[in-house]
Amino acid sequence: MKRNLRILLFTLAILLVIGLIFSGCKKEATEIVIGGVGPVSGEAATFGQSTKEGCELAVEEWNAAGGLLGKNIKLIYQDDKGDPTEAATVWTKLITQDKVVAIVGTVMSKCSLAGAPISQQYKVPMISPTSTNPKVTEVGDYIFRACFIDPFQGTVGAKFAYENLKARKAACIFDVGNDYTKGLAEFFRDKFTELGGTIVAFEAHPTGTTDFKAQLTKIIAAKPDVIYISDYYNDVGLIAKQARELGFNGPLVGGDGWDSPDLVKIGGTAVENGYFTNHFSKDDPRPIVQEFVKKYQAKFGKVPDALAALAYDAMQIMLDAIKRAGSTDPEKIKKALAETNINVVSGLITFDKNRNPIKSAVIIAIKNGQQVYQATVNP
Amino acid sequence: MKLNKNSFFSQFLNFFKRRIVLFFIGSLLVMLIIMLLHQFEILNSYIIQIINVSLVYVILAVSLNLINGFTGQFSIGHMGFAAVGAYTSATITTLLLKITPTSLPNYLVFIIALLLGGCLAGLTGFIIGFPSLRLKGDYLAIMTLGFGEIIRTIFNNINYVGGPRGLLGIPKFSTFPIIFITAILTIIIIRNLVFSTHGRALLSIRENEVASELVGIDTTRYKILAFVIGAFFAGIGGGLLAHLIQIAHPTQFGFMYSILVLIMVYAGGMGSISGSVIAAFVLTFLSEGLRVGLASLSDLIKFPVGDQWRMVIYSLLLIFIMLFRTEGLMGMKELKFLIPEEEDIDGKCS
Repeated sequence: MKRNLRILLFTLAILLVIGLIFSGCKKEATEIVIGGVGPVSGEAATFGQSTKEGCELAVEEWNAAGGLLGKNIKLIYQDDKGDPTEAATVWTKLITQDKVVAIVGTVMSKCSLAGAPISQQYKVPMISPTSTNPKVTEVGDYIFRACFIDPFQGTVGAKFAYENLKARKAACIFDVGNDYTKGLAEFFRDKFTELGGTIVAFEAHPTGTTDFKAQLTKIIAAKPDVIYISDYYNDVGLIAKQARELGFNGPLVGGDGWDSPDLVKIGGTAVENGYFTNHFSKDDPRPIVQEFVKKYQAKFGKVPDALAALAYDAMQIMLDAIKRAGSTDPEKIKKALAETNINVVSGLITFDKNRNPIKSAVIIAIKNGQQVYQATVNP
Repeated sequence: MKLNKNSFFSQFLNFFKRRIVLFFIGSLLVMLIIMLLHQFEILNSYIIQIINVSLVYVILAVSLNLINGFTGQFSIGHMGFAAVGAYTSATITTLLLKITPTSLPNYLVFIIALLLGGCLAGLTGFIIGFPSLRLKGDYLAIMTLGFGEIIRTIFNNINYVGGPRGLLGIPKFSTFPIIFITAILTIIIIRNLVFSTHGRALLSIRENEVASELVGIDTTRYKILAFVIGAFFAGIGGGLLAHLIQIAHPTQFGFMYSILVLIMVYAGGMGSISGSVIAAFVLTFLSEGLRVGLASLSDLIKFPVGDQWRMVIYSLLLIFIMLFRTEGLMGMKELKFLIPEEEDIDGKCS
């Protein structure tokens, strides 16, 4: 029994290794292979799932419309578990074994950062749908992204508060231990002052706290027209509640950290009159958005979230670039990507010199416990 | 004949007949063969990458085995030591010196940085070794777990090394030969330690601490020794990992990764170096092999079996290994070439 088991395990191991070695050998010239990466297992599995579905939908559409450069598109979607080590391995696999033309991925910045140097080294263009860390595209000229980076949201938030809400005095509250919330608040402050408004209070709170009364009392004493809360939804709910208790009735503004159904559950009526910047709203009346929402619902039976939309966009941008390049030559694809000017679900996209997208953001309002599309703001 | 035995030449020959020397030479040959195969593209970079990751796990698992398997101290914060090594060496190469893998002297600097990382990790091992004198079993486990998390949180809060965004842009110094030779040296050094007088002392602590104290073994000293040496090699492993995937991120050294290394030690067999080596390779290759396996399965049955099922099957296989071989793949046995010939009685070590 033991001996048999040992032999069985050994054979299995040998088979696996042989499979690994030879699976890269079959290569069909009739297909254009695109790699996709996302954490479909692990702590961020829902993000990975949405991204995967977004990518699949885009590829399916292109194939139905006759493929790319006269060939069928094959998507190889791999799991990175949200682990940088795994991401580095996956990138090496897609490039050296599956010989992909380009890679769309991945969700988490730390994983994109592990993959990006490999993409750059082998000169395989990549576009990350959702990695917001500015450093990702700084790795090299083959690295692009489809989402706006953190500073942009702060800027757009300030513009919206100043122009649409007509606020002249604003206050900021943010988590001191988190790069994302701190960055947003700082960029909000800079843009708001630049527009001519004044920041009357700029308060940091420690990570993990639930009592924000000290900071809020100080803020409300300064009588702001609007409070900018750059935290994630769970903190936002509590801050909103406590701000209302202390007698603040003005509008609250924030970033995409607000985007969760739990925001209203935690904040209740306190988050009414709240606005946040986001990548995409399913209620956006633009036809391209409505068509995407309809197709996605028909295929997967659920409403697409921002991640699905961004992945769909990233895939569209990449395939469009390959089409315009007219070949799978990485040099040409890279050039075509840099010249991108395409209307996708999350807006009209062009790239700046750091390969970050220049595009509009949507403003979503909280009304009667629902997320309502409010406006599209251009940078 | 008798004269011959003491001559320089025969001593020289005998040296090369020793198993461990043969093992070292054999490993170098294997390394050369793999490099040749890579050169002729029979093994692509993907396979090399998997081998590299496996070898890093070999270093981590073998060093944890010294603490858990040989000395019987239940430590589950091993990645904390790896984090110290990774951040120290990466800070030196990336932030302080800004060197790139272009010249030989830079590689030497990298190796010094690795060793420094290892030493600093050893120092933390020394600090954590002290409370371990008072704690046993589960309590020690909880303490090491907490300690690992503390180290991770500290790096999470130091802005100089990137804070929660991680230390980025680390040059790729960890090439296949460097990782391979480091792993082989780790195996040989820990094997030599285990089969020395000091190793005997460690084993006796595992078997019965009170009894070993009664026969005059300085248990305090030996427990700290195990922690320091285990942590030193974990630090080296962490440094290699950071320079392999070119990013050091606090989440990479979290609790789950310590558990992964722990699983390798148990699946391979407590107190078996060869077991840890085999388990590190089997588990890493299994995780990647399932990727390819599932893809072929999808093609075969014309139904997409997504990558997300990989971890389910992986865990199931792990359960089966532990069910059918409770003592791990190798049990307490050691492969022959790792046992000194004087002690090879029935293929068992101690």
